[in-house]
Amino acid sequence: MKRKKNFLPWLFLSPWLIGLVVFSLFPILATLYYSFTQYNFFSPPHWVGLSNFGKLFSDNLFWKSLLNTAFITFIGVPLSLGFAILIAILLNQTFKGVGFLRALFYLPSAIPPVAAAVTWAWVLNPQYGILNIILHLVGIRGPNWFYDPNWSKPGLILLMIWCSGYSIMIYLAGLQDIPNTLYEAAQLDGASRPQLLWYITIPMLKPVTMFNLIIGLLGGLQYFTQAYVISSPGTLGPAMNGAPEGSMLFYAMYLYVQAFKSLEMGSASAMAWMLFLISAVLISMLLRRFSWESA
Amino acid sequence: MGKRVNLSGRILVILISFTFAAPLIWLVLSSFKPPNQIFLQPPKWIPNPATIENYIQAVTTIPFFVYLKNTIIISVCSTIGVVLSCITPAYALSRMKFRGKGILLGILLATMFLPFPAIMIPTYLIFAKLGWTGTFLPLIAPSFFGDAFSIFLLRQFFIRLPGELLDAARVDGANDFQVMRYVVIPLSGAAIATVAVLNFTFMWSDFVRPLLYLNDSSLYTLSIGIQDYQSHHATSWHLVLAATVIFILPIFVTFWAAQRTFISGLTLGSVKE
Repeated sequence: MKRKKNFLPWLFLSPWLIGLVVFSLFPILATLYYSFTQYNFFSPPHWVGLSNFGKLFSDNLFWKSLLNTAFITFIGVPLSLGFAILIAILLNQTFKGVGFLRALFYLPSAIPPVAAAVTWAWVLNPQYGILNIILHLVGIRGPNWFYDPNWSKPGLILLMIWCSGYSIMIYLAGLQDIPNTLYEAAQLDGASRPQLLWYITIPMLKPVTMFNLIIGLLGGLQYFTQAYVISSPGTLGPAMNGAPEGSMLFYAMYLYVQAFKSLEMGSASAMAWMLFLISAVLISMLLRRFSWESA
Repeated sequence: MGKRVNLSGRILVILISFTFAAPLIWLVLSSFKPPNQIFLQPPKWIPNPATIENYIQAVTTIPFFVYLKNTIIISVCSTIGVVLSCITPAYALSRMKFRGKGILLGILLATMFLPFPAIMIPTYLIFAKLGWTGTFLPLIAPSFFGDAFSIFLLRQFFIRLPGELLDAARVDGANDFQVMRYVVIPLSGAAIATVAVLNFTFMWSDFVRPLLYLNDSSLYTLSIGIQDYQSHHATSWHLVLAATVIFILPIFVTFWAAQRTFISGLTLGSVKE
């Protein structure tokens, strides 16, 4: 009886434990091993020490993909979170039709990324897209967006902001948990509206911001689909993925190209392991300042 | 702040929401335009005459229904797998006592943060060795071995169920299987539905995994099918836009039907309950 009781939890856990070993732990270790080898899928991997890393560090496209990813992660994500807070505060009012508006802001984030990317490739089409048409009406010559290496990433950030509905909903839930008495007490002390925002709303939202930041960070580091679709040959003319001029070549995309187009599984694994380390370091830095159970 | 009605804030939010809706409206309007109107200079908002020809052509030139069928098969099977494989681990991690539980919870959280590209290569190699590439299996099989985020979400829900109910069942002689089957699961409909819906939408939208494993166009999902078509037909915007609208439609419908449950379910996994 006693032994059976100890065995039962493991039986309950078994589907996940098997999955954990086969689809998480093994791949992490195997990636580390492959990163020290030259491997093209067809002949067995052979040990090359650190040379994959050396090759990457002298590869311009590697650095380009890393910088592009840093841009989307450290500029795009905070911008879209700032926008999400603003919208959540505006939507945290009671008026007729607010439910409809909440749904409307959430909707784009529920749309499949491929569909959202196609939509924005069309919206930001330099000649026929709606944004440049409107800009033209007010006398501004709109940029070439995804055709211009300087404007392609800002275009992707617009798309990212458009898809921030999930963070908006999380912020909205966070706002609704802030006790009204806090605001009332501060107002009695003569606090102004900006002060209420700065000294009560923003600090009280800190755990929610952490949650959104972690989700956003993870999404930024693996940014792939939208850029892959928008920079694919049909949209931008015959060019490699990540065009124009590699301005939309992101880390995960270059990793994919290295592994499955160039069949450089070894150096792709080196990239994968660095991605693993980068995300582990960034997320543990965030988590150290925040406990999941405390909120 | 708070919940007071604020006129300028209200006007601002309505203006921004128009901007937000504009891309979708533009997409839908464009999809009803004949090709010569799509590329009109200067362009027009309203299609005149409106046509459904794009839709008819889109579902016939793009093998739309094949892609749709594939997407449904993958999403449904994977969702069944996640629901079946996540309930028992979530129950064990919330309602059972055993050594090593704290460490396992830590590992669960850590795997939630594991970026897929970091483990993509060996995962692909596993399925290649099994001879499963070019089938739906690499997309479906992993779902039957637990998903960290879904387990975490269910665990957060199970842990908040009133303990007296579970204890009462135990006093009546129920074992853990029975407590789970007859007490916990019936009380957790909302959480299980949320996990199912989230996983379904994830699989419905997924791009990277189908791109890795499905190398034959007869197996394509809508995501890679539409991307593939678009990358080969640069000038066929009218068909791509129509196909995109049909692609979005099911999400749209499900969403409006289940708006309330869905939005409240979404926040379940976050810090605030």
